[in-house]
Amino acid sequence: MNNYLKLEFPSLPPNVGLARLVVATFASQLEFTLAEIEEIRVAVSEAVSNCVIHAYPEITGIVVLSLTIEDSGLTIQITDYGKGIVDIEQAKQATFSTEPEHMGLGLVFMESFMDEMELKSRPQEGTTVTMKKRPERGLADDGISRNN
Amino acid sequence: MTLETERCGANLIVSIDGELDLETAPVFRDTVDKKLNQYDSVRHLILDLEKVSFIDSSGLGAILGRFKRLNQQGGRLSAIRVSRQILRVLELSGLLRIMKIYDDRRQALDS
Repeated sequence: MNNYLKLEFPSLPPNVGLARLVVATFASQLEFTLAEIEEIRVAVSEAVSNCVIHAYPEITGIVVLSLTIEDSGLTIQITDYGKGIVDIEQAKQATFSTEPEHMGLGLVFMESFMDEMELKSRPQEGTTVTMKKRPERGLADDGISRNN
Repeated sequence: MTLETERCGANLIVSIDGELDLETAPVFRDTVDKKLNQYDSVRHLILDLEKVSFIDSSGLGAILGRFKRLNQQGGRLSAIRVSRQILRVLELSGLLRIMKIYDDRRQALDS
């Protein structure tokens, strides 16, 4: 069953937890394990936190969360219209952070916990992160059915 | 998220209940810093993570910040009662290089 959801909210810290809750609930339509749902929650938390901390450091801006279930896989897209990333490769380095008290691990967690992660950004225009994940259990079931 | 703190000799034990993220990390930071300011003799931080239902890099950053402060005075950072999911995030972050994991409070205090 294909499905989608689109949500727009301001870049406020309480909305990080709200985004996690929405995505976890939406993702539960697929056969994700609890551990996989936890991984998705961390990835979403990092992406939305980046909007709050980096995209709109001094103002409150718009964050758009788009969720799609297609072909038994989940696609999460998070877009902001903030200041953008000047050097994406540098931003992907662990321990790189432009902010004190932050570990610079957000992108590392997103890449590690999701099957695919793509980052598109233009300085002064904004950033879109697209992450994909399929349930491991669902893939195993596919294998069994193919073998039969 | 709620926090409970308890001083035990040179140790400050902080029990965290709930989610440690961008919204709650400042509460953790301010509460622990206030206790560290209050108790000059505290050198070591023990985090009881049994009731932590979620942690991300914002939460880890707040923990790392407190470690940096204690480390300047020769202090240690440890965590007890860590769930498998939270442990996975700690492992991936590299924080286990500076944070010892123990089963319970007694083990952490005896170390």
